[in-house]
Amino acid sequence: MRPVSGERKTRKRPLSGTGFAPFIIRRLLTSIILVFGVTFIAFSITQLVPGDPVAANLGQSAYSDPEIVAAFEKEFGLDQPVPVQYYKYVTNLLQGDLGVSLSSKRPVAEDLKEYFPATLEIALIAVLLALVVGLLLGIISAVTRDRLADQIIRVFSLTGVSMPAFWTALTAFYIFFFVLGWAPGTGRLEPGGEAPPTVTGLFTIDALIAGDFSTFRQAFSYLLLPAVVLAIYAIGVLTRFTRASMLEILGNDYVRAARAKGLPEFTVIRRHVLRPALLSIITVAGVAFSSLLAGSVLVENVFSWPGLGQYAYRAAVGLDLPGIMGVSMVVATVYITMNLIVDILYRIIDPQMKDSA
Amino acid sequence: MNLLTVENLTVTLATGSGDAQAVRNLSFNVGHGEILGIAGESGSGKTMTALSMLGLLPYKGKASGSIKFDGREILASTKREYRDIRGKEIAMIFQDPMTSLHPMLTVEVQLTEHLRHHRKVSKAAARNSALELLATVKIPEPASALSAHPSQFSGGMRQRIAIAMALACEPKLLIADEPTTALDVTVQAGILKLLHQLRKDRNLSVMVITHDLGVLSSLTDRIMIMYAGSEVESGATSDLLQNPRHPYTKGLIAALPGNSEVNSKNLLSIDGMPPELGNFPSGCAFHTRCKFAKASCKETVPEVLNLSSDHRIFCPVNPFSELSNSGSK
Repeated sequence: MRPVSGERKTRKRPLSGTGFAPFIIRRLLTSIILVFGVTFIAFSITQLVPGDPVAANLGQSAYSDPEIVAAFEKEFGLDQPVPVQYYKYVTNLLQGDLGVSLSSKRPVAEDLKEYFPATLEIALIAVLLALVVGLLLGIISAVTRDRLADQIIRVFSLTGVSMPAFWTALTAFYIFFFVLGWAPGTGRLEPGGEAPPTVTGLFTIDALIAGDFSTFRQAFSYLLLPAVVLAIYAIGVLTRFTRASMLEILGNDYVRAARAKGLPEFTVIRRHVLRPALLSIITVAGVAFSSLLAGSVLVENVFSWPGLGQYAYRAAVGLDLPGIMGVSMVVATVYITMNLIVDILYRIIDPQMKDSA
Repeated sequence: MNLLTVENLTVTLATGSGDAQAVRNLSFNVGHGEILGIAGESGSGKTMTALSMLGLLPYKGKASGSIKFDGREILASTKREYRDIRGKEIAMIFQDPMTSLHPMLTVEVQLTEHLRHHRKVSKAAARNSALELLATVKIPEPASALSAHPSQFSGGMRQRIAIAMALACEPKLLIADEPTTALDVTVQAGILKLLHQLRKDRNLSVMVITHDLGVLSSLTDRIMIMYAGSEVESGATSDLLQNPRHPYTKGLIAALPGNSEVNSKNLLSIDGMPPELGNFPSGCAFHTRCKFAKASCKETVPEVLNLSSDHRIFCPVNPFSELSNSGSK
């Protein structure tokens, strides 16, 4: 049934509108396509990596026995052609099955369920810290341009972006654990400490849900130092970028016009400068937060934090292909989600913006 | 008494190669309900003069001398005192309405925020004032314009909105920095007519800054010509335009398209380039481009030469004194 011409003009295809809902739906669809693109790339790369996963996962004597090798290959589907392996992986993925880890021999999904919340917990605190501290320092730095406060902040932010994560982690651990004795040590809880009943997998949240405040305090004290170390780079990046972005906006005619109206400086900064500056700041924030995950590999190894970073490290060293794929999927999903959040924030900050995606 | 009296205003700006004076020993005044035009080439210090009225000089800029507004000295004001002057006593509109309105805020917010701050009026009252203001500056459909963003208006309409913004708190002095430069010629006339009307209706004093003498001829009561941060000549508009006495003013007027000596194929220009900030020539800064310059022009800064009570030049040579017989003593 064809609509008459009058109707045709007013009728909109559900995904072509410039409203908020079609925009979100459209972006979600692209995100899903992106995730599958990532599976293809990650799968290809794991196949191209030199090294034999069978050799890496079987002992010396077992590897010399062709029967065991054949059984291992059959069990994990390694005897089949690569396109078939990929097809199986994707069809299983659609049902939420990420395969079985070659090293832990458990379903990868179950491994990730255990390790990812640990990383999420320190990453969330780090993100929060970076946002609050980075934005605040950046704004102070821009407003006090070239004065003492700005000079001090610039030294600190430059230090923050220049120090490699493993070095910060080692130094912080040495100072706060060995020298000062303020930090409790490695791991998520004290040795023999009992994890709260799992709801979210975040120990602090789960402890609060269980009403167990002493475990909450303990879990929080253990995660604070790794979270701060993880946040330092992002704080440095955000401070520097917020400052630059604010200074750029401060030079605009419309800021001078706002000042010419006699508005208090606080209003000028908040309403006329910060809002446009935020547009570019959140882009960088999204990237900085996604890169926290990369930093977590090093930081988690220093703090023996049983998170995704350690899991990724072990999977990579052990050529655990399903494990590597699983980590890639999680990291890709986080990146894509971050980008989605950034795009949505754009629209909230500047409702005039109409996406062309 | 004059509304604005500026004496020996000197503005120093920080440049890449050290401090440089952008405005040098400038003195002028603006009467109640008077429209003063300040003209000169780019870099002659017009805009810095305007910005120093509001204490809005660029980063690391400094002003010295005296600015008396409504009987009180405002040059040494604190930040708080300046905020009470800005928008409320002295308002300013800027050259390019494409960049001087905030792209992300609605017209209503931009029209009412300072009104609400200075007058402490309610949101509804501010909205009503905004509607009246938009009607005053002849924006069609003020009610729907309020909820729109600046990008939805043309350049001329935006400048009208900027003027409405400037008028919101009923300032005594309006500074218009190149208000029509960024606009089409047909739109310019409308803005000039509006400024004229506002002066008549509100007894508003206006300081118009431009490099376009054509704009000033139809709008202003008096004109001051600036060169390299200093005044070279000032006088009543008709007097100054018909009997320019400073070689620089003479050159500017001769260079106007459509003047008798000029035809469209043969536009006159003043030889040489205007000096750059920090590189102003010694003595009379114009001596490098002046046909009448003597050796002494290079050494001594010219003193004021009053030709009449309201016409003065800063030129010791006064090359046109014999050619003209109007106004000389």
